[in-house]
Order: sequence, then C-alpha cells, then structure tokens
Amino acid sequence: MSEQSLEHSQDKRPTRWHIAVFLAPALLVYTAVMILPLFGTLQLSLFRSVDNVQVFTGFDNFRTLFGDPRWSASFWNALGNNTWFFIIHMLVQNPIGILLAALLSSPKLRFSAFYRTAIFIPTILSFVIVGFAWKLILSPLWGVAPNLLDLVGLKSLFVPWLGKEEYALTALSLISVWQFVGIPMMLIYAAMLSIPDEVIEAAECDGVTGFSQFWKIKLPLILPSIGIISILTFVGNFNAFDLIYSAQGALAGPNYATDILGTFLYRTFFGFQLQTGDPNMGATIASMMFFIILTGVCVYLFLIQTRLRRYQF
Amino acid sequence: MKHRLLTGLLMASSILGSAGIALAQDTTLTIESWRNDDLAIWQEKLIPAFEAKNPGIKVVFAPTAPTEYNAALNAKLDAGSAGDLITCRPFDASLELFKKGQLADLTSLAGMENFSDVAKSAWQTDDGKASFCVPMASVIHGFIYNKEAFDKLGITPPATEEEFFAALDKIKADGTYIPMAMGTKDLWEAATMGYQNIGPNYWKGEEGRLALIKGEQKLTDADWVAPYTTLAKWKPYLGDGFEAQSYPDSQNLFTLGRAAIFPAGSWEISVFNTQAQFKMGAFPPPVQKAGDTCYISDHNDIGIGLNAKSKNADAAKTFLTWVASPDFATIYANALPGFFSLNSAAVKMEDPLAQEFVSWREKCKPTIRSTYQVLSRGTPNLENETWVKSANVINGTETPEAAAAELQKGLDSWYKPAK
Amino acid sequence: MSKAATSLPRTIGAHAILLTYTVIALFPVIVIVVNSFKSRAAIFRSPLTLPTAETFDLVGYTTVMAQGDFIQYFQNSLTVTVASLFFVLLFGAMAAFALSEYRFKGNTIMGLYLALGIMIPIRLGTVAILQLMVASGLVNTLTALILVYTAQGLPLAVFILSEFMKQVSDDLKNAGRIDGLSEYRIFFRLVLPLVRPAMATVAVFTMIPIWNDLWFPLILAPGEATKTVTLGAQVFIGQFVTNWNAVLAALSLAILPVLVLYLFFSRQLIRGITSGAVK
Repeated sequence: MSEQSLEHSQDKRPTRWHIAVFLAPALLVYTAVMILPLFGTLQLSLFRSVDNVQVFTGFDNFRTLFGDPRWSASFWNALGNNTWFFIIHMLVQNPIGILLAALLSSPKLRFSAFYRTAIFIPTILSFVIVGFAWKLILSPLWGVAPNLLDLVGLKSLFVPWLGKEEYALTALSLISVWQFVGIPMMLIYAAMLSIPDEVIEAAECDGVTGFSQFWKIKLPLILPSIGIISILTFVGNFNAFDLIYSAQGALAGPNYATDILGTFLYRTFFGFQLQTGDPNMGATIASMMFFIILTGVCVYLFLIQTRLRRYQF
Repeated sequence: MKHRLLTGLLMASSILGSAGIALAQDTTLTIESWRNDDLAIWQEKLIPAFEAKNPGIKVVFAPTAPTEYNAALNAKLDAGSAGDLITCRPFDASLELFKKGQLADLTSLAGMENFSDVAKSAWQTDDGKASFCVPMASVIHGFIYNKEAFDKLGITPPATEEEFFAALDKIKADGTYIPMAMGTKDLWEAATMGYQNIGPNYWKGEEGRLALIKGEQKLTDADWVAPYTTLAKWKPYLGDGFEAQSYPDSQNLFTLGRAAIFPAGSWEISVFNTQAQFKMGAFPPPVQKAGDTCYISDHNDIGIGLNAKSKNADAAKTFLTWVASPDFATIYANALPGFFSLNSAAVKMEDPLAQEFVSWREKCKPTIRSTYQVLSRGTPNLENETWVKSANVINGTETPEAAAAELQKGLDSWYKPAK
Repeated sequence: MSKAATSLPRTIGAHAILLTYTVIALFPVIVIVVNSFKSRAAIFRSPLTLPTAETFDLVGYTTVMAQGDFIQYFQNSLTVTVASLFFVLLFGAMAAFALSEYRFKGNTIMGLYLALGIMIPIRLGTVAILQLMVASGLVNTLTALILVYTAQGLPLAVFILSEFMKQVSDDLKNAGRIDGLSEYRIFFRLVLPLVRPAMATVAVFTMIPIWNDLWFPLILAPGEATKTVTLGAQVFIGQFVTNWNAVLAALSLAILPVLVLYLFFSRQLIRGITSGAVK
C-alpha cells in the first residue's frame, strides 16, 4: 500500500463511520452474489459425491488431479498451453499496445481520434462474433485468407491453421491479441496524457525528443500502468475461456492442442455431451487456477508494485 | 376449474417462463431442448396441433444451443428453475438425471405401450424396469450423394468398400468435384459421420457392441481397429484444409454442389432439401465384401421426459401421452424428414430421401452407436475420446492402432465389465 | 506545447504504422458486413469483392427480421449494461476511496478480499447464484443480471480505481479538510472529478464483458422478454448455422448497436481522459 497517502488518516476521530459507508455497498453486493457462491463451489474440491451425498475426502481430489496419469496429463497440457497463451499476449499484445499509444499521444498527430476509435473496435465485439469472423476468414473453404495470400502470390503459405496441432494455439492467441490490443493501448494512452506538459517541455529544452524522449522520460513515468496491464493480462489470460470455446468447442481440438485451464475446467465442471459434469473435480481444477492466479497477483503486489515509483502530479 | 386456477397462479408465481406470467389462467408448459433448428416446426405445427386438442394448456418451446444444452440444463435442474418437459439425450446422460431424481418415472404413462423395447431401451434403467423418457426419434447413418455428379461421371452408388474407393478415385481423377465433404475441425463429425457410420459393418452391429460392454471384445481387436484403418484412407479424398473445415463448412461444400459425397446422418435431409439445387440420393455404408450382411447405425437420438419437480405434472403427462401417440409421430416425421419415428405404428413419410434411408432397416441389421450405452459413464469419457481420436486418425497424426490402444487404456482405467 | 520540429519521415512512419494496424483491426468486421449484403453464391465465389448489382441481396436481413425481436433484445442489453455500469462505478469508486485514503485496521486484508474476485471466474458460482435468484424470485428478470454483473465488475473497478486514487494529491484533499468539507464532499467534489480518466477506463473494461456475456443471460434470464442481444444472436446463429446470409446479417446487426454505442461513448471517454488528466 502506498505510504504517503495514508499518513494523515491515523487521526483523532474515534469511529470513522464514513469508511464503513464507503465500503458497505460494494462489500455487500460482492459478498452475497460473488464470494459466497464461489466459495460454496470451491469447497466442493474437498468432497466427493457418493450416491448423491457429499462426503468429505480431504485432499483426495488434488491427489487424483496430480497423481492420476490421465488427469495430470490433461492438467499440465492445459497449464502449458495457457502459459504459451500468456507469453504471446505479453510479447505481442502489450508492446503493440504501448507502441500504438505512444504514436497516438504525440500532440500534433492528425486523425488520432480516428485511429484510436478504429483500433479499439475489435475489443467491443463479443466472442461469438470474433470467433465466428475469424473462423470464416481462416476457413479453407470460404477462402478469405487463401485469397488474400493469393493476391500477393503466397498462396502456398496457406495452412489450415486452426486445424493443425502445431499452429492452432498460436493462431488463437493472436486472434485474442487482435481483439484485446485496445485495452493496453487505452490504458497507456491515458497514462501518457496525464504526463504534465512541463515535464515534456523540459525534456525538449534539453534536446531529448522522439524515441529517446519516449525511452528516457515517458516510459519510466508509465511503468506503473504497464505493471497494471501485465497483471491484468495475466489474470485475464489464466481465466480465458470464451474465445477458445467459441472457435474450437469445449474439447479444444485438434487433439486438445488449444485446451487451456478455462476450457478444461468447463468440460470437467459442467460436462460435455455424454460426459456428465463432475463438480468436485471441477472445483479442484478451479482451486488450482485460483492458487495460480493468486500467486501471480501476490508476486505483483508484494514484489513488483512496491518497487515501482509512483508519481503524484 | 378452481384447481386449474390454483395451479395457474402457482405457476405464475414460480416464474418458470416469461409467458407464464401473462397467461395465468392457463397452464403453461415449458420444453427444454437443444433442437433450436426445430423452433419453427414446434411453433407452427406441433404446438398448435396439441393446443387445439387440449384447451387450457399452453406450450412454450425454449431451445438452447446444442453445445450449451447439457451444462445449462443441469444448472437449471440443480437450482430448480428448469422447464416442465426435458428433451432427453439418449442413454447415460439422461439415466444420470433419472438417478439424481430429476426426471420422473414414466413407466406407467399412458401411451408408453406404443413403443417397442428396443425403442425404449435408450431411456430405461439397466434392468429395463423403469422408463423415464418418451422416445421421439432415431437417426440413421449413411452417405448422401450428388446424383447429378454421379450421373455425369457414370458412377453408381457403391455397395462394397472396393467400389466405394473406386468411385472416390474416379471423382478425384475427374477433378470437378471434391470427392467427399467432411472436415475434422469439429471432431464429432469425424467420430459420428466417420467411425460410427462405417463401424457397425466391421464389429457386426449389436453383436460387437454388446461383446464390448461385456468385456469379451476390446477396442484393440481387429474388428474395432479396422474402421480406423479405413478412415485413415479417407484423407486424400477430403477437401483442401479439411483439418480446419467445420461441420457447417462441410454442409455448404456439399449443398453448393462442390463435393460429390457427404458422410451423413439422416437429420441432414431437411436442411439439404432446402439448400441443395440438385437431386440427391443415399447409400448405406458399403460392406467389406459383396454378399456380407450389412449393418447400419439406427440410433435412438431424442426422447422427452418430465421434470420431477414440475408443478404441472398432470398437464405435462397429457402432453407426453400426446407425444407417444401416432398423431404426433406422423406430424413429426413429416415435418422433420430424417428423424424417424420410434412409434410402433407405421408412419407414412413423403420425402424420397427419408424413405431411402428408412428402407435400409429391412435389408440391414440396425444397431446403435457403440459408445453411448454404459461405456460413457466414467472419465475419460469414451464418446468424447472417440471424437478426438477419430479426428487424429483422419488427420494422420495418430495411427489407427495407437488410437485404439489409447481408447482401450482410457476405458480400462474405470470400466470393469460385469463378469 | 512542444516546439521541437517533428520530422516529416517520422510523421509518415507514425501514420503508416497506425494505418496498417487500423486496417488489421477493421478488416474482419468489414468482411462480415460487406458479405452480409451479397447473395449466397457470391459470398462463396468471391468473398473479397463489394456487392455489385447482380450480387446484391438482402435475403439475410429479411430472414433475421422475420425472427426474434432484436429491438427488444437490444433494449434489454442496454438496460442491463447501463445499470450495472452505474453501480460498478459508484460502489467501486467509493470502496476504492476508502481503501486508498484511510488507514484502518484490516485495510490490506480488505483490499485483498475485494481483489479475490478477479482471480476466480464467477461462472463457477453459477449453481449457487441461480439458487439465490430462484429463492428471491429474480429468475428471468433483468435485476438478476444487473446484480451479478455489478458483483462481477466490482473487484476490477476497485483494483484499478484505488491505484489511480493514490495518485491524487494529498495537499488538495487536506486543503479541503481545512475548509471544513466532509469526507463525502471530498470524495464526490474533489476526488471523483480528478479520477475521471480512470473511471472512463473502468467503464469500458466493465461494459465489454457485460454486453458480450452469453452465460448468465442463458442461465438466469433466457425468457423471450429478457433475452439480451448476444444471447439472441447466439440462438440465431445456432439455428441458421448453414444459412450464411442470415448468419452474416445477424452478426452485422449484432455489431451495429455496440458500434454506435461505442462511437457515442468513445467521445465521452476521450473527453474524460483529456479533461480529467491532472496537469
């Protein structure tokens, strides 16, 4: 927690009711509609259903998840895929977002409102639309992608990407990047606009312009925003589900090559086709996802965030 | 009347469906279904026919997309907000609901006597003592072909496997048409239209299926690997990039006249009738050698049951009895050619393609899909694994033997056949 | 303002990059919209051409219009989104202010507690949430959706807003306190206007998943009167999956309202970002 801003509050009034008033509505709704149902579900991971009665079994489900070769193979496969999904977002989505924001925030750029608006459009589309649109474009039958490659004489480069084990996950990650690049762009853009003009002017007086200005002046100032974006990307990616589900189905084909934790969880928890849902194992997977994300968030909160200098303007 | 008013009021207060609020004086039944394709047929043909005969009962057909159906239905059943009538998947999925007490026992429902034991088998307990869904329809697998393409190339519908591949070679050599419209992207297409379509000829239908359940045969036996070996040979005859070709892609490929053969289920008939501009024919899965007995997959696919918690059980039973009647069978089978009635009363069908499919029942031995009964009760789920493996085999990323061995290993991990 | 001359090549470079990316961003959307106006054969034969006199066909749209009440669905989506957005922003900002402004016992714990929600998909609590709604008679009402989305949006809102609120100058708030402003006035009059850009960001973040959600409308409010646009489009796509005219028309229609809404909000959003930026 930030140091300076909390100083004064250790003050005289005995009961500060306003704190409770500020917190109450959020706490109430959040606890009743989200936390209680979620923990109701997560605790199922410690039980097993025997003849429709939940029996407490301690950590047996976790032992199954990691000990049983089939369960653990599926879990590690999903975790590995999920990590790759995240890496692509960090390496492609966030740098592109920062680049676009940096270009957009230069004060004399014309049409910047147009670019800004247009680039953000994919982000507002639903997964149903995104999944469907890209399936059409990449479809070997419909042929937008093969046609386009043909135009530049590269038709031989066309591969049915979504159907090949070695490409499908990367292709989907890039589609997801395409969809969400607007979010880091907007956040960084907002951060860059809030850099005071005096700072930039001072830099320019010293002859620091262009790329070195970005690198030496702006980047350090927007580091906290980049931190937030990274952790949001992490949380978002490890909770991802919808795109893979709408493009590849719940079995995340081909041969589970696009299975991430979210789809693995969905299949297990709710079941699929003839497979009936297994809330206990589903909750076990969900608990693991929860721990993974919690670890990531803690690393961010306690190791990274405290080292980032925050500037008050 | 007073009773009906009371149930109506109860109904309205329980908010089972938005329509229930508006029509408090009538009983409103809500049907949960995955058949969103059939929405128009229910609204325009089936429901009016029922309501005309049963004033005071309104019916709302509320379908969910097939992929979300099971998950959404289970959540609603657990929480108690599901509709009165539940469309039943065959075998284990519905049996599970019955065991949990979410589907009512319909053994003594008036009208159940209209169905044979085979028809009822998909929605009964293992001992056959209790039935919990009224059988509605079965679907038959086979191949639909473009008649104009066959005529132009001088091909007749193949009866044996040798003729089948000869035909494919001929279509491929000619180059006008893609020989076969099938993709592996959606996985189930490979398993259902591929493996379960041609498989019964190899494992001898019911004989092999029951032996597998009893543990007398294994998926690694020659008869069970052979369909995979044949499927692997399909690859060169599929369209470019079939790995990323989805099921709707395949349908369009065929109905646009760009492919000559479509490995099909009979449910395609009504869709194809409206979209294809050419004449179509159908042939059953080719046998290995001329003179072999042919087997077809005639799979009980849809039933309808009663939500055990329904507040309108009486009205719902009236509806179910109607569904069990020959009246319903006739309307349904003709409105949806390709969904064949399971009713013992003979149903007259107009559609020639549907007649062709159903005529195979006379010369071939019918069976149901091998993975549906008993074998899909555990994890890993045999049906779902079969989807993945069938796609792998056609894609050429796994050999038939390896796929079969994996499937058997998965099955062995939880299934112990009764000795 | 900066006076250093921006060199021409650099400007051209910037435009080239931005333009390229704009094309990438818009291309799939344009392909869908353009093809929705063509006949079935033309869609497959030449997906990349504009509709001509022969290939122009509105059959997709007539099919869509004959089915389902898309205007009603749109109103439902709008109601749910706007109401949830309002509660998320108000409650979220209040809680974020309490966490970032005051030091009290359990502050850190409270912060972590409120952040838990971004780590578990709320979808997991479906059955319990549905039971809650059944018990309170809220099934098939928009209120149920608004409650769920408010709860779902709060953790992220608190997380982002408290981050931004820490950047608001203490001097300003202390000056307010010396002037005798109550804590509530300090929050509503001084702090809220200053974090407007963050609020706009949170608004966009919150709005998108709500508008596009398929799962909770399906479970909590599948009735015809409460169907949202996304659910309507999904049911429709399922029903006409091989009728590409209809599917493309439905997709175009589903894109259009969000697009208009976004273009409208986008100006607000940018105005919020620029005017609120603390200089």
